[in-house]
Amino acid sequence: MIPLGHYLIVSAILFAIGTAGVFLRRNLITILLSIEIMLNAVNLSFVAFGRAQGTVDGQIITFFVMTVAAAEAAVGLAIVIGLFRHRESLNPDAFTSLKW
Amino acid sequence: MIAFIPLFPLLGFVINASLGRVLPKTISGGLASLVMLASFAVSLAVVWRVASLAPAQRVVEQTLYTWIASGDFLLDLTLRVDPLASVMILVVTGIGSLIHIYSTAYMHDEVDSEYARYFSYLNLFAAFMLVLVLGANFLVLFIGWEGVGLCSYLLIGFWFQKTSASDAGKKAFVVNRIGDYAFILGTLLLFVRFGTLDFQRIASATAPLGAESMFGTLSVATLLLFIGATGKSAQIPLYVWLPDAMEGPTPVSALIHAATMVTAGVYMIGRNAVLFSHAPETMVVVAVIGASTALMAGTIGLVQNDIKRVLAYSTVSQLGYMFLAMGVGAFGAGIFHLYTHAFFKACLFLGSGAVIHALHGEQDIRNMGGLKAGLPITYWTFLIGSLAIAGVPGLAGFFSKDEILFETFAHGHQILWVMGILTSLLTATYMFRLVFLTFHGQRRHDAPAPQHPEEEQPAAHLSHQPAQAGSHLPSAGSHRHDAGSHLHDAPAAMAVALVVLALGSVLAGYAGIPRALGGHNALGAWLAPSFSARSVTTLADRAVGEVGEPEAGEAGGAGVELSLMVVSSIIATSGIGLAAFIWLKRRELADKAASTFPGVYRLLLNKYYVDEVYDATIVQPIRIVSQEGLWRGIDVHVIDGAVNGTASIVEGGSTLLRRLQSGSVRTYAGSLFIGVVLILGYYLWR
Repeated sequence: MIPLGHYLIVSAILFAIGTAGVFLRRNLITILLSIEIMLNAVNLSFVAFGRAQGTVDGQIITFFVMTVAAAEAAVGLAIVIGLFRHRESLNPDAFTSLKW
Repeated sequence: MIAFIPLFPLLGFVINASLGRVLPKTISGGLASLVMLASFAVSLAVVWRVASLAPAQRVVEQTLYTWIASGDFLLDLTLRVDPLASVMILVVTGIGSLIHIYSTAYMHDEVDSEYARYFSYLNLFAAFMLVLVLGANFLVLFIGWEGVGLCSYLLIGFWFQKTSASDAGKKAFVVNRIGDYAFILGTLLLFVRFGTLDFQRIASATAPLGAESMFGTLSVATLLLFIGATGKSAQIPLYVWLPDAMEGPTPVSALIHAATMVTAGVYMIGRNAVLFSHAPETMVVVAVIGASTALMAGTIGLVQNDIKRVLAYSTVSQLGYMFLAMGVGAFGAGIFHLYTHAFFKACLFLGSGAVIHALHGEQDIRNMGGLKAGLPITYWTFLIGSLAIAGVPGLAGFFSKDEILFETFAHGHQILWVMGILTSLLTATYMFRLVFLTFHGQRRHDAPAPQHPEEEQPAAHLSHQPAQAGSHLPSAGSHRHDAGSHLHDAPAAMAVALVVLALGSVLAGYAGIPRALGGHNALGAWLAPSFSARSVTTLADRAVGEVGEPEAGEAGGAGVELSLMVVSSIIATSGIGLAAFIWLKRRELADKAASTFPGVYRLLLNKYYVDEVYDATIVQPIRIVSQEGLWRGIDVHVIDGAVNGTASIVEGGSTLLRRLQSGSVRTYAGSLFIGVVLILGYYLWR
């Protein structure tokens, strides 16, 4: 059986990859994808903890997170489409004003 | 019932102030006069009721409601009529009514709305004056006291389009404020000392005390009250507003000078006679100020060329007499003079108004003369008024003035008596100078161009003289004759007021014929209860015995009084004679005197430069401190600086904080991330 530590290490690596993606990529869609990676990294650690404890709490929370992530992706992509129609750009640095 | 006395004029004010714009002149003026007459009728009824009581309890009171109830302190809005107040309300409403009636004709050239505005002010003035004299405690008196100050401002500045008139109004208001401030302080001091503001209670509380030998609370309080009185009643040092008050319409001058306002200070001292007589130091101050004011104003009156200004200074001078009387403890004599003065001064002012009316606004007596034939009613009434004020035996002024002079002498103030006698000589002289220059001789046009009448050179004045003095040049004469034929004498409403007041100037004095002349000083006896504390034992009454009826005078003997009377009669007639000699026979004498003593002449013509001195010592320093210190210094730098400083601190802070809000999503996310890391790190590494 794979020990808990390994799961957590994978989870941390995934989270770091996601974080790096959010900060380094210059495309809004990629940033959204990176956020998904971060969320799934967290999901992985929840499930791992749940299994280590022998409860299903971790899995339940994971389902909530997945629901929220789906909603977030829907809203986020809609906003991204809206923004793109205005600026013909997906670079977040193009959107620094509160209104235009 | 007493409440109706001030309420009637107040009603007139409310109607004229609110509906005046749409009312025709006959209604607004008639209504104003009518409410005054109604008030006079009520006053008569009230006084009749007071008179029907026994002399010791001649008081009628009406408490309208409790004004202030705070802990132990209870203050009622109470009106009280006692002998002193009854004299005052009759003077205010009686003479006030005549002035209203006179005004209906005098102000007829104004447009309807202005006419109504004028009468609304006039009614309000009367209402406040009545509150002043009817108030049973200091606070109610103070309402009236401030109210007449306000109305004097409104009326003096009635022709507010004229800068000089609105300035004069402001001057009257500001000078009065100075006095009022002292008055409030005095009132507060009395409240602290006695715990009440009711006149009678203060008098009863004071009566058992001995006269203050040292300078104590009572002296300070009475001195403060007296400063208030100098403001309202135009005494040194606060008299400066009164001559300027001539900018108002002439009937207003009559109202201010005769029936209301300036008598307030005298009345207030009379009302607090017991209090004042317990502060001998204050009494001396009052007497000295009174006598000095009388003399000083008399000398100024001698050289003024504006018909109303001469009368204004004569008012100041006569008020000085009243204060002299108050100061020597002859309260009855002071009020007696107030009452007779109201008649002849109203008569004189209304007479001068008739002259000005006839000459279409000409006020300079150098441009008058020879009006006797054209204005017979005005002439005769004016002459009677002048005889009365000069103190010719048999007329009103004679009795009251002599009583004051006698009391002064009898109380041992010989120097003040001499000043009084000198003033009496001056009064007779300047009044008859006015009469002769206005009504006698030929019509003149002597006055220099009206640019600076105050500062003109005596020599320039002189240069016009030789041609005018005794000349009967045909060309000039015919021109003058022409000018005279246009004159129209006072219209009916004015004539009625003039004749009634002239009759009053003759007869008013008979209310107080001194004992020395076989009378029994009815007015003095009538007033006496007001000047002593009520409901205290006769012993205490005797302690302030001289306050009431001048019993001391009896011991001094009728002989002294008679001889003093003879002296002052001689003085008065010689003053008239002097005026007749100089201004009827030898006009060049006056100018010669002026050019012989140019310094004295200019000093008098410029009113001792008091206005200039006040301007330099008080007005300018206050101006400079206000402008440079308070405005440019404190207001601009401290107050504006604080406000603007707050704004710039916020602005600067915001500029800094604005940098944080770049709008870049990644910056936000980064700071969020760093924040989370820091907080987590803190908890993990703790």
